[in-house]
Amino acid sequence: MREFFLGKLDGSALPHEWHTIAGSISFILMALAIIGFITYKRRWKWLWNEWLTSVDPKKIGIMYFIVAAFMLLRGGLDALMIWLQQALASGESQGYLSSQHFQEIFTAHGNIMVFFVAMAFIFGLINYIVPLQIGARDLASPFLNTLGFWLYVAGVLMVNMFFLFGGEYAATGWLAVAPLSGKEFSPGVGVDYWIWSLQISGIGTTLGAINFIMTILKMRAKGMTLWKMPFFTWGSLLSMIMAATVFPLLTATLFLMFFDRYLGTNIFTTQLGGNAMMYTNLIWMWGHPEVYILVLPCYGVFSEIVTTFSRKKIANYTSNVLGMIGVSALALSVWLHHFFTMGAGANVNAFFGVMTMLIAIPTTVLFFTWIATMYKGSIRFTTPMLWFLGFVAVFAVGGITGVLLAVPPVDFQLHNSLFLVAHFHSNVIGGVLFGIFAGITYWFPKIAGFRLNEKIGKYAFWCWMVGFNMSFVPMYILGLMGATRRLDHYDASTGWQPLYIMMFIGGLVIAAGVALQIIQIVASFVQRRRFIDTTGDPWDGRTLEWYVPSPPPSYNFAVIPDVTSRDPFYDMKQQGIPKIKYENIHMPRSTASGIYISIFAFLLGFAFVWEMTALVIVSIVAIVVFTITRTFNENVEYTIPADEIKEQVNTLQKRIEGEKWKSTSSTEDDMGLFEFIKTVLMWAFGLVRVWRKKQ
Amino acid sequence: MKKHKTALSQVASISVFFVAIGGLVTVIAMLVMGNDIRLLNPQGYIANEQRNLMIFSLSIMMIVALPTLFILYFFAWKFRETNRDKSIEPSAEHSKFFTLGLWAIPSVCVLVLAAVMWPSTHMLDPKRAIHTDKKPITIQVIAQRWKWLFIYPEQEIATVNFLQVPVDTPIVFELTADEAPMSSFWIPHWGGQLYAMTGHNNTLNLMATKLGDFPGSTAEINGRGFAGMKFTARSSTQDAFDQWIRDVKKSPQILSDNTYRDLLSPSENNPAVLFASYDTGLYDRVLLKYTGHAFGHSHADSKEAGH
Repeated sequence: MREFFLGKLDGSALPHEWHTIAGSISFILMALAIIGFITYKRRWKWLWNEWLTSVDPKKIGIMYFIVAAFMLLRGGLDALMIWLQQALASGESQGYLSSQHFQEIFTAHGNIMVFFVAMAFIFGLINYIVPLQIGARDLASPFLNTLGFWLYVAGVLMVNMFFLFGGEYAATGWLAVAPLSGKEFSPGVGVDYWIWSLQISGIGTTLGAINFIMTILKMRAKGMTLWKMPFFTWGSLLSMIMAATVFPLLTATLFLMFFDRYLGTNIFTTQLGGNAMMYTNLIWMWGHPEVYILVLPCYGVFSEIVTTFSRKKIANYTSNVLGMIGVSALALSVWLHHFFTMGAGANVNAFFGVMTMLIAIPTTVLFFTWIATMYKGSIRFTTPMLWFLGFVAVFAVGGITGVLLAVPPVDFQLHNSLFLVAHFHSNVIGGVLFGIFAGITYWFPKIAGFRLNEKIGKYAFWCWMVGFNMSFVPMYILGLMGATRRLDHYDASTGWQPLYIMMFIGGLVIAAGVALQIIQIVASFVQRRRFIDTTGDPWDGRTLEWYVPSPPPSYNFAVIPDVTSRDPFYDMKQQGIPKIKYENIHMPRSTASGIYISIFAFLLGFAFVWEMTALVIVSIVAIVVFTITRTFNENVEYTIPADEIKEQVNTLQKRIEGEKWKSTSSTEDDMGLFEFIKTVLMWAFGLVRVWRKKQ
Repeated sequence: MKKHKTALSQVASISVFFVAIGGLVTVIAMLVMGNDIRLLNPQGYIANEQRNLMIFSLSIMMIVALPTLFILYFFAWKFRETNRDKSIEPSAEHSKFFTLGLWAIPSVCVLVLAAVMWPSTHMLDPKRAIHTDKKPITIQVIAQRWKWLFIYPEQEIATVNFLQVPVDTPIVFELTADEAPMSSFWIPHWGGQLYAMTGHNNTLNLMATKLGDFPGSTAEINGRGFAGMKFTARSSTQDAFDQWIRDVKKSPQILSDNTYRDLLSPSENNPAVLFASYDTGLYDRVLLKYTGHAFGHSHADSKEAGH
């Protein structure tokens, strides 16, 4: 009976090691702080109605950003812990982590950074920007979008749940390769947490991807043909098509792994004809496209930024888009290069080597189009442009080493070494993370209504650049010296320690960059009236998102413009904005169904991890019931009358005209770091003085 | 006056940039100096070929990459907004010829690379035997948690975490695993790695060309004792090798069924062990344990493949 309700869960699962206790306490404190703050401000109702249940892709995008930013800090802390262990654990010293704990940390680091940081930031950007770029007011299925987001949140909770219950995460590497991840070699609940955090958020990703494919294909403004779509929309479309193609594969693979662990099947085990190599194939058939799912929207971001800040049309739009299409098509047929060393024949290896090298062609073409765009342009070195220039250097190194790794005989030497790790960090940090930072800085005025501080933004960029090179150049060299990845200890005679220490110091510099990014946002908020974006077009942009006010109203466009060219807003600015006729707007209603379903999806995963049969049954029933209830709810839209829209637009117009501060591209007023510290101190003194007076 | 100042500060920031790069390079060079960069310091035939291929591939890519990067940063600087001395064309259209070049340049580069890569993948296929006038030596390797067992079927000895081979002699490593997750057998100085998996017999051909002791390990994570699963690979003269075999045969330890079972239980950071003899057919039995049927593998077969 006890087992029916509680499964394997008992007192020994509660936190009792220093890291789980620390993790649990910080979670509980954080939760209490948030709950306390909201209660004190009496904002529960507002939070629930305006944000949590909202189906507005702009609000969901911002919520993605917030959760992803927290997870970036969490994953970054993991990175520092990994590097600290490696800087210490040479020769006699064993460092401060056990090998099991160390392995859990790098597994969590990989999962968090790919699934819960990069993927989430990308979804945030797509949510906010794509509807604005294509001239849409909402998404094809607003409900799927909120459900996808809340399933992602459930995955985030699941990946951190082991702190509270069980105290162990998967110690298998981020893809949990079989048979290491099977019950035989990993009997604990760590891999189960891994399975369910990825499973739940992965299903959310599939739903989100289908939704955005439909939105982009079906809801573009009149006149915007596929070949007139902005780059970011193109990148997002291709990325989402790939996601909808390969994420079901991840779901299926995770289910098979789950069967092995829960039902005792032998699909990927060493026994009874189980085939672990099959798992390696399946997981990489998803895993390789996954990195392209992340990077394609970023290519789009960079294309937007280069055109805007060169004040030019993109050179060779067709080649640029064909380049992205080429990358996404080839990316589906290269997965085997992740295991040349598993023992396939020379023909198989050579074939996949060639396929991988071919990706270099469309990627190089993208670089060429950016160069041609800068040629005879008028380039402004804003922070987004700096991220682009940083991306070029870092990503080029990642690309070159990637092609090098695609040569099978060379890969036999470099595979599983730190060279490989440095390679994909060059691509994922240089390509994806820099792309995300560039995109967020670029669209921040649209999202927040004021631009970001340029001075501190540039400091942050340089910290990232310097820190990145201090960390990852030594990592390449360590790989050449024969250091394998994931080592929690190595011999002193190898002479690796100084380079490991340098990597850790580089990590601290990156951490300083992250701190500066947080300061940048706070400092911009302090000066927000000075940075306010009254025009909706702070960068002299070219695409439709700059046509609407910043931040845009819930319905995005009071009137959806007709599109006749690739730079619709640029043309409008040249030829004059057409006369407006208002019409009624239908908007989707908020819904809490996504939250309810995700809560039970989370409980289902948790129940499977601990084998709590009762909770499994309850959760499945609840998910089915909530889904069916939602499908019968026909009251999902409301209408904003044309008069009201007109009134809103006029009020907005008046407010903008009455605004004292006009936006300016000059950055002379931006506060520097010292001014920021001074401001914070003054504010703190002010608080103290007020408090004293009260006494 | 103000403009002059910006020009000066630009020069200053560019110099800071290059000083920083120079500093980074110097520091790293100082940290690396005196240590063994294994992949660039090959001590075996395959490792040498692999290094040469790596350097060749890198050079081919640099032919395109370096000019591209240079032009990109040069244009970024040349066409900066504050530079009055430039021409602007906000909507430059490009010819078909330009588009062709856009695609042709990387295509040619990849074509050259692929043309070299395809045959070299066959030449350096781990299964492919290395031909010299010396008779190859077979070593059967069993990955266990967390140590390497080496069996010398022709010399009839077995060792743990230590192997010795005669220099300039082709070695045929036959790899499998027993009660261990996938592991990757890697001696960087001699050549690339290959996976050792339960129920599979992977063949890796290597040859040491210089004398010395070289570190080996598993490159693939396989559990708690992963970092400590290291061994030493020694290449010696033929005479020293023969002497070593004679010495090992005098070892008091024998790899019987019981000792093998003890060996299988998980253990970390194991020291080297030498066994004077082992149960014949052990390697095949380990394979059969997982495949459940005759694997078509026998010692004679593998020798055949080696010639």
